[in-house]
Amino acid sequence: MVTLLAARSQMGMSLAFHIIFAVIGVSLPLMMTIAEWRWRRTSDPAYLLLAKRWAKGTTILFGIGAISGTVLSFELGLLWPRFMQYAGPVIGMPFSLEGFAFFTEAIFLGIYLYGWNRVPGWLHLFAGVIVSLSGLLSAIFVTLVNGWMNTPTGFRIVNGQFADIHPLAAMLNPAGIPEAIHMVLAAYTAAGFATAGIHSWLLLRRGRNRFDELAIGIALAVGGCAVLAQSISGDALARMVAHYQPMKLASLEGQFRTETGAPLRIGGLPLPEQRVTKYAIEIPDGLSLLAFHNPHARILGLDQESETDWPNVRMVHICFQIMVGCGSLLSLFALLSAWFAWRKRPLSRQPTFLKTAVLVSPLGFIALEAGWMVTELGRQPWVIYHLMRTKDAVTTTPNIAVTFLGMTLIYCVLGVIVVWLLSKHVIAQPDRQQVEGSGVLA
Amino acid sequence: MNPPMILAGIIIAAVIWYCLLAGADFGAGFWDLFCSGPRADKQRELIASAIEPVWETNHVWLILVVVLLFVGFPSAFSTICIGLAVPLFLILLGIILRGSSYVFRAYFTGNIQTQLYWGKLFSIASCATPLFLGIVIGAISSDTLVLTDGVPNRGWLSTWFHPFPVLVGALSLSLFAYLSACYLTLEAEEPQLQEDFRRRALFAGFVSLLAAFATYAAAGVFAQEILNGLSRAPDVWLVELFAAIASLVAFQGLWVRSYRRARIAAAAQVGLIVLGWGVAQFPYLVRPRLTIAMAAAPVNVLVDVEIACAIGGIVLFPSLYLLFSIFKAHRRSVVSKDAVA
Repeated sequence: MVTLLAARSQMGMSLAFHIIFAVIGVSLPLMMTIAEWRWRRTSDPAYLLLAKRWAKGTTILFGIGAISGTVLSFELGLLWPRFMQYAGPVIGMPFSLEGFAFFTEAIFLGIYLYGWNRVPGWLHLFAGVIVSLSGLLSAIFVTLVNGWMNTPTGFRIVNGQFADIHPLAAMLNPAGIPEAIHMVLAAYTAAGFATAGIHSWLLLRRGRNRFDELAIGIALAVGGCAVLAQSISGDALARMVAHYQPMKLASLEGQFRTETGAPLRIGGLPLPEQRVTKYAIEIPDGLSLLAFHNPHARILGLDQESETDWPNVRMVHICFQIMVGCGSLLSLFALLSAWFAWRKRPLSRQPTFLKTAVLVSPLGFIALEAGWMVTELGRQPWVIYHLMRTKDAVTTTPNIAVTFLGMTLIYCVLGVIVVWLLSKHVIAQPDRQQVEGSGVLA
Repeated sequence: MNPPMILAGIIIAAVIWYCLLAGADFGAGFWDLFCSGPRADKQRELIASAIEPVWETNHVWLILVVVLLFVGFPSAFSTICIGLAVPLFLILLGIILRGSSYVFRAYFTGNIQTQLYWGKLFSIASCATPLFLGIVIGAISSDTLVLTDGVPNRGWLSTWFHPFPVLVGALSLSLFAYLSACYLTLEAEEPQLQEDFRRRALFAGFVSLLAAFATYAAAGVFAQEILNGLSRAPDVWLVELFAAIASLVAFQGLWVRSYRRARIAAAAQVGLIVLGWGVAQFPYLVRPRLTIAMAAAPVNVLVDVEIACAIGGIVLFPSLYLLFSIFKAHRRSVVSKDAVA
């Protein structure tokens, strides 16, 4: 049991860090490519400076993300050898494809970063596009694996073994695609709003300048579009969960009793001992309506499953509320910004807007982490939903607590240094030379 | 050739690519530790500029090997991950420290002392990682990796910590250092700098020969089976013969300062040594229990993955060619043009 807890903690910690590096590594290339494209169209040097700054950020994050990704690929085997032994062949397809997508990303990132003066302009821009696309594909492939752990398909079970394995059917499992879309949009949302927030803060400190204004424009466009699409994607994902993983939905929503016309709970604290979720704002028929698009639909409650197989309902429900809450606030902010941008003066001249942008900037990342807590904790006690328990997948290696502590320490140090490096390279004030004569700062 | 053999072939090919490309990056880290003399700073700059655009790409080969191993040979993967958990964790530690210290050194803007400190960490991690990679290779070749109820029969340490794997580790490190020094002779612009790395290449090549003989001798005591595999005629002999010829050509090339020839021959030599190991290990994946056939996933899975690899390869190899032709092949002409401009 101690090994299980340590292994879960180590995996969770590695994922929690990796997801931050990976998300920035997926979305910064998109923003950097947009900036370069704008520069090639407008010859505005501020765009070029922005592209170069974001490219530096991408390098730092890609380097660290590649390392934390390698750590995860090893940890799959080191911590969960039994899971990999049985599931490896079934979920190998997306992992293999991810390997090639990762290759492509690394190759073209190398060309992008070090090729400014070595390759023709169109090839450079093309390299940026390929980096953005392959980062996107990597994220999709990896999330497809997580989808399979939630809705395993593409095999039969014969004598406790996987048989008739169809790697493509396993890859295209029901949860995979909705989850992958949700993840990709979450990446753009989190990085977009965080970047917009950072540049708003800088704009407030430095005074008006084109560099920060253009940065906010691109970042907010990326993040805003993504968060608005996220509501559709979230709805699709929730309906998938309702259909394939009703018990997971029940723990997301704190639904203990099976009932028709189940209410949607906003906030609230599930009390598993009393089998009730208290202090929530309840919208009558809301959950039935959202989950099955029918106000009288029957929603299965946790009473359908033995309590020993419940996930940590309280944690799952709270994380879910945090994710939805942050997403809603960001959507509201995106809509308001769009409206103000259309109706009023440029947003960058409105201190209230800038201050709000700073305030909401961490919400995307909070939602992202909370969302992964929901999907991972909500799947427990299973590593492969209703097929293999997490405790049966864990390694026999002793002293995992030691590696967990060691890794945590290393990751914390890494995190601090990465933040410091980013502050030096990506968001630092453009120096005099870059500014003077080029009209970068208005 | 059946699907398990083809996938095993793809894996050994990926291992060879990893050794030839990432191995040289590790070797460069090793030389970074020993930059000395009046040109120490220039040596360091050369090493940094040589690995900068390519090291992340080179690292991906390892991830590909890991992925293909667990997709195609899940029971072997699981056995290795349990039995060799300790060296694998140490490899992981090495990869984290090497990669992150590289990034930090490259982007650190503070005082020079801290930058040097990151450089030290980078070099030490670059030396430790190949050592443990070699140990893993040695351990799966030496009849010691047997699990009973998820516990290695010989314990968590002595499964891999005995003379044979450790010598294979030393051999890997010396080969990587040798390979890297051979590449760097060609990357260097100044004759004196070339001379520095020529001497290092000759030295490391000599050490790797000693390590190879020591490994061979140790195999007779600790890893009889792989020794039998090594002396199996004629396929292994042929590979060994070509490796020997390549090493002679490489040494001759270094001696007469024909660096282009030396680089190709050294790469061929290291590639053939890895290939020779693969052929000697055949038909085993993990000695003494798991053969390729026993550990293989169902055939249709293997075929699908091989198709995926083929499609991936169609994208990968032209991209790789583009990368290396931009940064390596035309290095001279481009740099001289830059200098003129």
